[in-house]
Amino acid sequence: MYAIREAVAAIRRAPVLLVLSAAMVALALYVVGLFAVATYNLHEALGRIEERVEVVIYLRDDARDEELRLLEEDLAGMDEVLRVRHFTKDDALARARADLPEFEDLFRDLDVNPLPASLEVELVPGFRTPEGVARVAGRASIYPSVEDVRYGDEWVDRLYLLRRIGGIATAVLGAAFGAVAALIIATAVRIALFARREEILIMRLVGATNGFIRRPFLLEGALTGLIGGLLSAALTYASFHAVSTLIFRLEWIPIEWVVTGVVSGGLFGLVASAFAIQKYLREI
Amino acid sequence: MIKLSHVTKEYPRRGKALDDVSFEVAKGEFAFLTGHSGSGKSTTLRLLHMADWPTEGEVRICGFSSELTSPREVWKLRRRVGFIFQDFRLLPGRTALQNVAFALEVTGTPRREVLERANRLLAQVGLASKAGALVNELSGGEQQRVSTARALVNEPLALLADEPTGNLDERASRGIMELFRDLNARGMAVLMATHDLELIRAYPGIRVIELNQGRLAFDSKAAGSGDRDRGEG
Ligand SMILES: Nc1ncnc2c1ncn2[C@@H]1O[C@H](COP(=O)(O)OP(=O)(O)O)[C@@H](O)[C@H]1O
Ligand SMILES: [Mg+2]
Repeated sequence: MYAIREAVAAIRRAPVLLVLSAAMVALALYVVGLFAVATYNLHEALGRIEERVEVVIYLRDDARDEELRLLEEDLAGMDEVLRVRHFTKDDALARARADLPEFEDLFRDLDVNPLPASLEVELVPGFRTPEGVARVAGRASIYPSVEDVRYGDEWVDRLYLLRRIGGIATAVLGAAFGAVAALIIATAVRIALFARREEILIMRLVGATNGFIRRPFLLEGALTGLIGGLLSAALTYASFHAVSTLIFRLEWIPIEWVVTGVVSGGLFGLVASAFAIQKYLREI
Repeated sequence: MIKLSHVTKEYPRRGKALDDVSFEVAKGEFAFLTGHSGSGKSTTLRLLHMADWPTEGEVRICGFSSELTSPREVWKLRRRVGFIFQDFRLLPGRTALQNVAFALEVTGTPRREVLERANRLLAQVGLASKAGALVNELSGGEQQRVSTARALVNEPLALLADEPTGNLDERASRGIMELFRDLNARGMAVLMATHDLELIRAYPGIRVIELNQGRLAFDSKAAGSGDRDRGEG
């Protein structure tokens, strides 16, 4: 109760200090926020490309039905496989006509359908890797009814590499930005505390316990972090909105990320205050 | 109540600020601690307030011993012992009332009682009209009185005062002295550091302990009350 009253009074006495340190926290977390938006969108984009990773199995015209059923069941039973779709020769022709209307004349004059029937194999997310694709392709090519297997191995390799690099970069940069933000928050809190070291000293001189002295400062630190976190969320959203409407469409990060950012701002403020105040409490 | 036993305080590179000092101030006693500037008065009071620890010897006050009290526990002592600092140590940006109330709030006293007692103490030191003024806008003498009110608001068993009249004019000094004597008459021990010989002469009944370059030079109680004036020469 006293702690809340005292924290509020302290903020009222020196609102500039709170605003400045909250602004410092906000800027630190803003960088993290921008990074999060960029990372999230990159991740989503790669994910969308990845959905297109599939294995197409072209079938011989003389493929026997039982063998085909066997192949389909075999593939569907694999851990890597999400779904197997069967396209008949007619399906293939219909698709070709829809996709290439400019050759309509050519298609109409055909006596025999030259296009092969096929199986399109969608993979389970996580198995859309060069290895996963190769395993499915390997299994299919054993069957005599299979004419050819295509899976664009070159670009799957590249995509996979990009994804790995992206993941590592996200982890390294994220950790670095997080560390810098934590450092800035700690510094902001230390500056705010330094301005009030005399007060801490006097509290001790008139008989306050360490816990009693600490509480309002911890509250203030947490509040500074929270306000900074909210401000940074607003700044990040504004930037996201500007880029999204003016330059190119972006996805907004999940709300859980925002909440995590704001809350960790508050937590950082709290922890940094606890560490900083300990220094002054050791003096007499 | 207050006892120094063979207390030596050495500061690194500065030598001994106190050298084998022993004296005792009984419960309900009033004593001046005098001596030239740099003789160790403030150091003595700081050791008694356990803002620092003796290099050798033992300091006792209100049942707290310097040998048994850790920095984590000094708060207990500070609620029993009032301290008036030479440099006031008030919280700038807060009113006189808030500064006095502060010392009560840290002890967890209920809000209503805090305000009532803080106002009463300010009235006692003659500052009732300035209760709402920011302390940094008060004169030196007024700040001194706020700091006095703060030291007394917890009804301490002992009062340590470091040059409490140093910034006051004649009349205000008398006022503070009368307040101390009044509280002393009601049982509070007072140890007051001062180098104001005029003031000491004005109160011939009060014991005088004199330090000289960190050593105990004179104690009117040990010398017998008739010899008091000799030590001030
Ligand atoms: N914190 C300190 N560090 C080093 N020397 C100090 C410190 N405090 C006091 N002294 C020295 O101790 C001596 C006694 O000082 P002090 O107790 O303040 O004297 P007084 O209050 O009688 O004027 C002085 O020589 C002073 O310089
Ligand atoms: Mg002094």
